[in-house]
Amino acid sequence: MAVVKLLGAWTSPYVYRVIWALKLKGIPYEYIEEDLSNKSPLLLQYNPIHKKIPVLVHDGKPICESTIILQYIDEIWPQNSLLPTDPYDRAVARFWIKFADDKSPSISKLYRTGGEEQEKAVKECLEMLETIEEHGLIGGKKFFGGDKINMVDMAFSSVAHWLEVIQEVAGVKVFEAQKFPRLNTWIQNFKQVPIIKENLPDRDKMLALLKHRRKMLLASK
Amino acid sequence: MGEENKVVLHGMWISPYSKRVELALKFKGIPFEYVEEDLQNKSPQLLQYNPVHKKVPVLVHNGKPIAESIVILEYIDETWKNQPRFLPQDPYKRAKVRFWTSFVQQQLCESLLTVIKTDGEVQQKAFGNLFEKLEVLEEGIKEIFPDGNPCIGNYNIGLLDLVMLSMFSPNNKIQEEVFGMKIIDPEKTPLIFSWLTVLHQLPLVKESTPPDDKVVAIFKFVRENALKSSLA
Repeated sequence: MAVVKLLGAWTSPYVYRVIWALKLKGIPYEYIEEDLSNKSPLLLQYNPIHKKIPVLVHDGKPICESTIILQYIDEIWPQNSLLPTDPYDRAVARFWIKFADDKSPSISKLYRTGGEEQEKAVKECLEMLETIEEHGLIGGKKFFGGDKINMVDMAFSSVAHWLEVIQEVAGVKVFEAQKFPRLNTWIQNFKQVPIIKENLPDRDKMLALLKHRRKMLLASK
Repeated sequence: MGEENKVVLHGMWISPYSKRVELALKFKGIPFEYVEEDLQNKSPQLLQYNPVHKKVPVLVHNGKPIAESIVILEYIDETWKNQPRFLPQDPYKRAKVRFWTSFVQQQLCESLLTVIKTDGEVQQKAFGNLFEKLEVLEEGIKEIFPDGNPCIGNYNIGLLDLVMLSMFSPNNKIQEEVFGMKIIDPEKTPLIFSWLTVLHQLPLVKESTPPDDKVVAIFKFVRENALKSSLA
């Protein structure tokens, strides 16, 4: 019986954060794919308040919300740490994680909306990218975590992989390499990290699914 | 205060986010300099210390700035390890505190702010939302207070307490004057009511709470400004 279980959905960047964290630390786990249109009794039992994935279950105890899960994982299994040890550097890391959590929903809004709402999402997304470029990636480090990725890099993963696919689905262009050179370098580096490269949702499959979702969402409006 | 441990808080007296950091420093007994910011005329230091959001609170420790109130609270707890500790030692209990703190911050505070800043149907809907969320919290904190009602003796103030008390109080008089009804009803949410009563009676909290008429004036001011700007 697995001691660690992860309830997730294969296209969610929040789920991948947890997968990368567990794999980086070498923690074996059982993965349970959830159908979000038909949530399992297990999910509703483990996350009754938000009914969302990811949920980590450790020795039968559920932990919800990806950022909280990652901090829990980091505290229980301290090897290959996901946050700096110095309290000030940790505070800076947490600031950027919060920024990523607050702003990256604008990425999925790009394909979930049309017309004026989509224009607004484009604007929000651009502002987010400009902020990261101007304030987040200064100092010439390879990753937010220095030479290795950490929780901050994982928090910005939707910019690295999902944004490109979603732009194609939504028919908008927000990210351009020449407009965001630092961000572009970070994206290329991030996607080459073995743990990341080997654990990303299939691009073509996701493209097809999101295109279908967009059609359904816009038709219902 | 020696230069080796200089702490400056940039805040605003009516901001609950600023208040929770102020109280955190006081509870830990950390000497600090307070800089009141005029949000219509932000200081160059604030813009330099928090270029991303340009908001208060910002804590500056030995010249290094930290922004975002909950990030600041965790920083304070990790840097000054004396009592009270804002988070428990056990990782699972820490996750639970962070979960409920996130719930209060993102769900409850959002609803309350919408109630304050809107009227008509939008406000009615926000009230419904707020009361629904309060009921969820009432159930949820039973696992944090397994022995029933919290009591004032030796109360160890933590992250969740600081976030909750800076936005909510058990002062029904003020609530009825501003909203026409109780927000924290001792009959509907008795555990939250007694928890907030304990928190707001702690001497450090009491002495930093403005008198009732000033609090009413703050709410009315925030509300008027919000309604005005939504018409513009």
